[in-house]
Amino acid sequence: MRNPLAEHVVEIKPSGIRKFFDIVSEMKDAISLGVGEPDFDTPWHIRDEGIYSLEKGRTFYTSNSGLKELRMEICNYIKRRIGVSYHFNDEVIITVGGSEGIDIALRAMLNPGEEVLIPQPSYVSYEPCTILAGGKPVIINLKAENEFRLTAQELRDAITDKTKILILPFPNNPTGAIMEKADLEAIAEVIREKDIFVISDEIYSELSYKGDHVSIVSLPGMQERTILINGFSKAYAMTGWRLGYACGPKEIIGQMTKIHQFAIMCAPTTSQYAAVEALRNGDDDVEMMRDAYNQRRRFLMNAFQEMGLECFEPFGAFYVFPCIKEFGLTSEEFATRFLNEEKVAVVPGTAFGDCGEGFLRISYAYSIENLKVALERLNRFIERLRAEKK
Amino acid sequence: MREKILNIIERNSRIDVHEMAVRLGTEEALIVEEMQKMENEGIICGYHTMINWEKTSEEKVTALIEVRVTPQRGQGFDNIAERIYKYPEVKSVYLISGGYDLLVTLEGKTLKEVSSFVSDKLSTMDTVLSTATHFILKKYKDHGTIMTTKSEDERMMITP
Repeated sequence: MRNPLAEHVVEIKPSGIRKFFDIVSEMKDAISLGVGEPDFDTPWHIRDEGIYSLEKGRTFYTSNSGLKELRMEICNYIKRRIGVSYHFNDEVIITVGGSEGIDIALRAMLNPGEEVLIPQPSYVSYEPCTILAGGKPVIINLKAENEFRLTAQELRDAITDKTKILILPFPNNPTGAIMEKADLEAIAEVIREKDIFVISDEIYSELSYKGDHVSIVSLPGMQERTILINGFSKAYAMTGWRLGYACGPKEIIGQMTKIHQFAIMCAPTTSQYAAVEALRNGDDDVEMMRDAYNQRRRFLMNAFQEMGLECFEPFGAFYVFPCIKEFGLTSEEFATRFLNEEKVAVVPGTAFGDCGEGFLRISYAYSIENLKVALERLNRFIERLRAEKK
Repeated sequence: MREKILNIIERNSRIDVHEMAVRLGTEEALIVEEMQKMENEGIICGYHTMINWEKTSEEKVTALIEVRVTPQRGQGFDNIAERIYKYPEVKSVYLISGGYDLLVTLEGKTLKEVSSFVSDKLSTMDTVLSTATHFILKKYKDHGTIMTTKSEDERMMITP
């Protein structure tokens, strides 16, 4: 029989997280600080709206680009939060999670061999989605001394005449880094000068703890060259509903809608009705959750300081990214031993790119009570490692 | 800041000041001072414990009693409310809008104890026109806390 598989797919490495997932799932009584999703349930009024839409029999497809009501609410929301106007009719598309938005944006924009700049450490899907879209991923290794922000110089150094797109993943998973207005202004200048486009993945935008999140689309000349990706998973604790959206110039959104139409048809209808409720009446929920995350973030940073564990202060998402270089173990060795000896699962930084070596992603999408237990074990573990080294 | 302190201690009054200061990104001294002030101002009225008495061997009966009364000139409902809330077995008294006036929560050891309170003490007060007593059969949620089930973390252990 002929080989049924496509070579470029076989060549894609499985996610580093997958490997660790398999080890952890063998272990029954482990506690985890390894998840990338909120610990809150979706607020009840939002769930109730989903249920109501089912009771009313709203079980049909929506239009390809999504419910008009929802697209209008998204435009209101963006106007209200970042002060930028999009037209609901042709500049917004509802996707199956932010992930689909990233995928179809890349597919709509890339010609074979065009380069996509991917700052790492970052979410695991940018690189494979670029390859699947026929593009060439070019990795920018972010540095701890810059608090894992992207600098104009790093960007400039990575640009070639084949560069088409920069992926801008802030607030960042796994580092928790944010880009403030001045940081964005510096890179926006390079982007305009070099005439490249941006896919700005702002799925964690509501989880910013140093003033309001600033979007690159709010800077001069950037809206016309940016696809803004966001969604409901993180802000409203709606991961399982699989709902996101993309906003951008109508020429690009139009082509993305074409791919979406043939591949997906439309995002889940129930989720879309629930999301309308989230945008209309969910601001208080978002604030409550942000406040809870922020308290945990401060709690963790304080605990790290007390145990002498090096970590820059992250101001976004729900991750901290401590440095474990002092112990002379790789991230994977550290995470594996920590799991075996103390039964706590964390994710090695290398799951998010080679430059994550020497770091761990610790999620604080857990109650303070859970965090306390895990931190006690972490403290015991690193004391032991330090004693071993002597 | 006050609101944030209250939100935390409303859920866990045993939290130590150090942890609260860390979580709110402020100084311990400031928290101590604010709490002291709020105690003096009667904003913080106590540091109680949530108990699910159903799970203990202690027998308890709780009733919600709707009370219709005649308001008194110059006093409104205050006088009658005071006469009712002075009984230690009365856990709460609220003035309510709608079809009746006062909602009284009463705790007793037996049904008989509660009903004799209603018939002997409450209904015989001069200004009380009528009462309707509802016994609580099961508490599903109390003070924002769900009493029936403990939810488990159903998320996968590791996700990107």
